[in-house]
Amino acid sequence: MSESLLSIRGLNVQFSAYGRSQQVLHDVSLDVPAHSQVALVGESGSGKTVTMKAIMGLLRDPPARILSGEIRYEGRDLLKLPPRERKKLNGTEMSMVFQDPMSSLNPVFTIADQLGTILKYADRRLGRSRSGRERMARVLEVLAQVRMRDPERVAASYPVMLSGGMRQRVLIAMALLSEPKLLIADEPGTALDVTTQAQILKLLKDLVADRGLALLMITHNLGVVRETSDYVYVMNKGVVVEHAPAAELFSAPREDYTRSLIAAVPRLTGGMRFGSAGARV
Amino acid sequence: MTVPVLEIIGLNKGFPVKNGFGRTVDEVRAVDDVSFSIAKGEVYGLAGESGSGKSTIARMIMGLERPTSGDILIEGRNLGGGMAAAEKRKLVQMVFQNPGSSLNPRRTIGQSLRVPLEAMGLAGRKIDARIGELLDMVQLPANFAERFPHELSGGQKQRVAIARAIAVQPRLLVLDEPTSALDVSVQAKVIDLLVDLGRELELSYLFISHDLSLMRNFADRIGVLYRGRIVETGRSDAVFENPAHDYTRLLIASVPVVTAEEEAVRPKIPLIDGEIPTAEALLALREQERRNPTSE
Ligand SMILES: Nc1ncnc2c1ncn2[C@@H]1O[C@H](COP(=O)(O)OP(=O)(O)OP(=O)(O)O)[C@@H](O)[C@H]1O
Ligand SMILES: Nc1ncnc2c1ncn2[C@@H]1O[C@H](COP(=O)(O)OP(=O)(O)OP(=O)(O)O)[C@@H](O)[C@H]1O
Ligand SMILES: [Mg+2]
Ligand SMILES: [Mg+2]
Repeated sequence: MSESLLSIRGLNVQFSAYGRSQQVLHDVSLDVPAHSQVALVGESGSGKTVTMKAIMGLLRDPPARILSGEIRYEGRDLLKLPPRERKKLNGTEMSMVFQDPMSSLNPVFTIADQLGTILKYADRRLGRSRSGRERMARVLEVLAQVRMRDPERVAASYPVMLSGGMRQRVLIAMALLSEPKLLIADEPGTALDVTTQAQILKLLKDLVADRGLALLMITHNLGVVRETSDYVYVMNKGVVVEHAPAAELFSAPREDYTRSLIAAVPRLTGGMRFGSAGARV
Repeated sequence: MTVPVLEIIGLNKGFPVKNGFGRTVDEVRAVDDVSFSIAKGEVYGLAGESGSGKSTIARMIMGLERPTSGDILIEGRNLGGGMAAAEKRKLVQMVFQNPGSSLNPRRTIGQSLRVPLEAMGLAGRKIDARIGELLDMVQLPANFAERFPHELSGGQKQRVAIARAIAVQPRLLVLDEPTSALDVSVQAKVIDLLVDLGRELELSYLFISHDLSLMRNFADRIGVLYRGRIVETGRSDAVFENPAHDYTRLLIASVPVVTAEEEAVRPKIPLIDGEIPTAEALLALREQERRNPTSE
């Protein structure tokens, strides 16, 4: 494998609060090469979001503590970078799409205001400048890229005026504004209908192919993983239990845990019985 | 004849679109002449495009949004007719699309669950026991009662929201993408739970979801929304086996799947420029074909 853009080695993370403490990541290692789409799957509470927050430098100490490990980005250990330099990377080199759109949008500003401001700061950090009009043009361009039917209306809207899937696409637009090299997306497609989702996934795939974007996608949607990812990491209770190229993982899963995840996916062909009466195996 | 638990007749909702000076310049037709009903114990699935009006319908049922026109009847009684809020809350509960924002960040999980139980008239130790029971039903450990929402993962919060909604044992549960934040194994358990509760309490569900594979397996009947209108409705097996509307076919064709057997049953959609088209492009193509039936 070529030198990875992002490479995590032996990451251990613990939470402590009110005298309780709990280790939530155990020796997590993973690689995201440039020009690749990597998926991180695993059950609820297994530590996917914590992993992504660790990469983005968003874990607060306390309650979170990184006990040991390395997170290398282009060869440099992000955990050893001075906070100022670390911060500079966010929103420029690397961006992230959060799981919960409402908590990442400010309810009292329009979408145009919020995206415009983010672009302004990203430009400033990169030593670029753009006029207000140029910024607005870029904002509308990215909103159209994420398949908004009416970018002007969306730009002028406040978050409450948008549907769940529209908000999610605003977050994706936000992350793409400054053309990052690494995009980490936590459940980027869950709030979207499958047709729109397919178009967003296609957009990301094109960015990976044409611009060398590296994508780390966290998702519960195994169908999406099978149809779009190159490589998959499976996590359970804070441990990476299996990793393999996507095609291999679905045709020949090695771990029981992975097999049980795949078995639990409802099938488009129907025939699944729910309820204790239908007791699935 | 039995009265449906929910009956929606000719429902419309428009939102004003304002310009930069606050003047109304246009209207979004979020919900356009929608009618459907849900029988006792039935699961009705609502699928469709992002922005097609699903959550707006749910919010109108909950009384959080006022219809522009049309009627919503619950057990035969018109919601517009001044049903008391407390009474309605006993009949209809909702689990929102967004687990994060529906829980009060300053309350522990236990405190959040206590509110509806007290409103039902429970007190003292009965409440604590019931909280334990509810957490157990959604497969969370009892000590989660002491945690705050920010200490929970996305899926854990969603299960708390479900526990809170079933606490009062409503007749109709409106589920707006209740499991999209859940992994498939927890999702299966939550759906098992919903099915069991549905049987035990003769609960009805309005189930809004983008997961069509789940919908096929869970819903008895479904309706497909496109731009505020129901373009197709029917028993879910029938709709999945024989989708009649082009938009439904496109949706089913776009479902990401995990097996080759499923790939084989996805409808074939004409590609435009070698790719699966957008809904608009496909419907425009069909419209063109209808106008010029001879041209290939
Ligand atoms: N601030 C916190 N304080 C204490 N525990 C936390 C905190 N944040 C997360 N946790 C715990 O860490 C574990 C991992 O959480 P994480 O959010 O990474 O899960 P996840 O894999 O993203 O799950 P989901 O798929 O449900 O989003 C969970 O058990 C969670 O309860
Ligand atoms: N308060 C509001 N003000 C203005 N427009 C609104 C408001 N609420 C919803 N809308 C608009 O109504 C339309 C339908 O939104 P709704 O949230 O019902 O969609 P949805 O089908 O639930 O979509 P999703 O699958 O993305 O959640 C969208 O175009 C949205 O922008
Ligand atoms: Mg998460
Ligand atoms: Mg919605």
